[in-house]
Amino acid sequence: MPETSPRVGLFVTCLVDMMRPSVGFAAVKLLEDAGCTVEVPEAQTCCGQPAYNSGDKADAIALARNVIAAFRGFDHVVAPSGSCGGMIIKHYPELFEEGSVDHQAAVELSERTHELVSFLTRVMKVEKVDAAFPAKATYHDSCSGLRELGIRAEPRTLLASVAGVSLREMTDADVCCGFGGTFCVKYPDISDKMLEKKLKHIHATGADTLIAGDLGCLMNMAGKLKREGSPVQVRHIAEVLAGDRATPAIGEAE
Amino acid sequence: MEGSTVTFKENVTRALADKPLQFAMTETGPRFIYKRTKAREALPEFDQLRDQSRDIKNHVLDYLDIYLERYEAKVQAAGGHVHWAADADEARAQILGICQRVNAKIVTKGKSMISEEIELNHHLEANGITPVETDLGEYLIQLRNERPSHIIAPAVHLTRDQVEADFRKAHTHLDPNRDLTEIPALVEEARTVLRQKYFAADVGVTGANFLVAETGTSIIVTNEGNGDLTQILPKVHIVIASIEKIVPTLEDAATILRVLARSATGQDFSNYTTLSTGPKREGDPDGPEEYHVVILDNGRSNVLGTEFQDMLRCIRCGACLNHCPVYQAVGGHAYGWVYPGPIGSVVTPALVGIENARHLPNASTFCGRCEEVCPMRIPLPKMLRHWREKEFERHLQPAAIRWGLKAWAFFARRPKLYHFATGLAARVLTNQGHGKGRLSRVPLASGWTQNRDFPAPQGKTFQQQWKERRK
Repeated sequence: MPETSPRVGLFVTCLVDMMRPSVGFAAVKLLEDAGCTVEVPEAQTCCGQPAYNSGDKADAIALARNVIAAFRGFDHVVAPSGSCGGMIIKHYPELFEEGSVDHQAAVELSERTHELVSFLTRVMKVEKVDAAFPAKATYHDSCSGLRELGIRAEPRTLLASVAGVSLREMTDADVCCGFGGTFCVKYPDISDKMLEKKLKHIHATGADTLIAGDLGCLMNMAGKLKREGSPVQVRHIAEVLAGDRATPAIGEAE
Repeated sequence: MEGSTVTFKENVTRALADKPLQFAMTETGPRFIYKRTKAREALPEFDQLRDQSRDIKNHVLDYLDIYLERYEAKVQAAGGHVHWAADADEARAQILGICQRVNAKIVTKGKSMISEEIELNHHLEANGITPVETDLGEYLIQLRNERPSHIIAPAVHLTRDQVEADFRKAHTHLDPNRDLTEIPALVEEARTVLRQKYFAADVGVTGANFLVAETGTSIIVTNEGNGDLTQILPKVHIVIASIEKIVPTLEDAATILRVLARSATGQDFSNYTTLSTGPKREGDPDGPEEYHVVILDNGRSNVLGTEFQDMLRCIRCGACLNHCPVYQAVGGHAYGWVYPGPIGSVVTPALVGIENARHLPNASTFCGRCEEVCPMRIPLPKMLRHWREKEFERHLQPAAIRWGLKAWAFFARRPKLYHFATGLAARVLTNQGHGKGRLSRVPLASGWTQNRDFPAPQGKTFQQQWKERRK
């Protein structure tokens, strides 16, 4: 652990903010346990990815400027999402012309920004967490975290350190679940077909808990599991690593 | 055969309900992926070769005019002819012209995506010439009057049962009681039927995987050897290829060949790699008397120098199709034109216009698997996003989507208003969940709820709760 406590700005992400604040609080706990001082800038909204991926570059740029301004001065910026993290880290610099002041600011923010789990392991050198969570679990690699940020071993390492978690790999853990942001409502039939394959692999493991690092994918998979009446509990990895068993799983009643 | 890129959504509905298609996709999809992975693991320098291959093609695209002229000069020096075709019409006319001049009745064909792009078969048939596809997959879809559903495996959408039925219908001269239960029997039957055509053909048409500027050579790779018979036996050999197939040297072709088959089928090399340079020379034991190359542009040069240029590095290996979960869900015909999958969704709008193909770049989750496996390192998701930008600029999206996005961005750009609105929305949705933790219907979100429940929010937003805790 570094000697001084790094000042971390939490990028909550719009989905966690609105749909599942417990993920945000789990992230705060994990960051504080790792020795960080956590702040949550109020001026943050959305990273702009929905606009960017819909071809609306002007709005994406406006939202990126907002995020850049809101997170000025933090040692690190951390998001409990590989997708929003990937947007800031990989795509913000692409939004602006090289050599411009905006571009410089985007690159600078990109270098300070991390997805939660990879931040804990790579920057804070966390090797294990002090938590208990009894679960026969399977882990789904969300696409952006895996392919844009190269996060694969980190979540599995930390999950293995949670007392009570036994991990079982599903076939095609690295294949998209069919969420894809607006894709899942624009092409619901294709999305459903992809989801159907994903659920087949989840069930084949015999797991009682499905874990991933992105709320969008989790809501997508939970949505179909619950529609089918499956007992599989769906959780964000931050909640499991923080040992938050009290909060009902995604799509479950109090 | 009109394209159906515009009716993508209807095509998808049909494809998802097509049982033989779904069966065929489940059978073959994972096999391609497994074989590529094995081939990659066995070659430590694989990723380095990808970098080299990318660099070779980038260099070519920067000096394309120079290399094309150099190639033309070499073909001419070897006694061949080069024909430049600006579009499909010109290419068809040039090929038909050659066939008519030599009074051709039967034209055998090696596998060629450019032939599909210019719809050569229909044009030849309309002019009284019989085209015969000699690649097994192409032969199967020719019998069915279909387009290829995959770049390297054109009939990947078909099941064994369908092939047997097609053969019984087409090969009426054979014993109707013959046993075609096993796949080798089907292959043997195709081989026997096609073998006779090779000798009867007046002209042989092949595609090209590479056109080599330093020697004027065209290179094809096949697994059936049908390309060799197509180009050696008839008196006239016509190569059809698009402008970006150029590589500077044989050495460059050899470098890219090392990633091509590995990415495509997981083979180290295809069974046959066939080079042809000009017509038969004095003393050659075999070969055509005439050698023609038709080089097609068809919109590709418009892409040079734009944000879409990288698509021209494609070597048509099909790896992006094999790894695409959308392609694997719906198959190739749903894309509605010649080139399916991620690369098709990038190329098609360039060739037929984004206004006619706006669904294709949108039907992607940006999962990034295509870019991960592309041997030429084409940034496919980025190209797809560029098309969405073009679409947005030209207001081609449905108004509801456009205004929905605009409204979202309006709030997101105003943090105070945004937090007020999200707080309100979270409360409404939480209440609608009625303590069940999920909603089975959400206004304006039927796309989500037709197949899924919508997990309800937990109540107050994170920002609201954070503020309260800090007080």
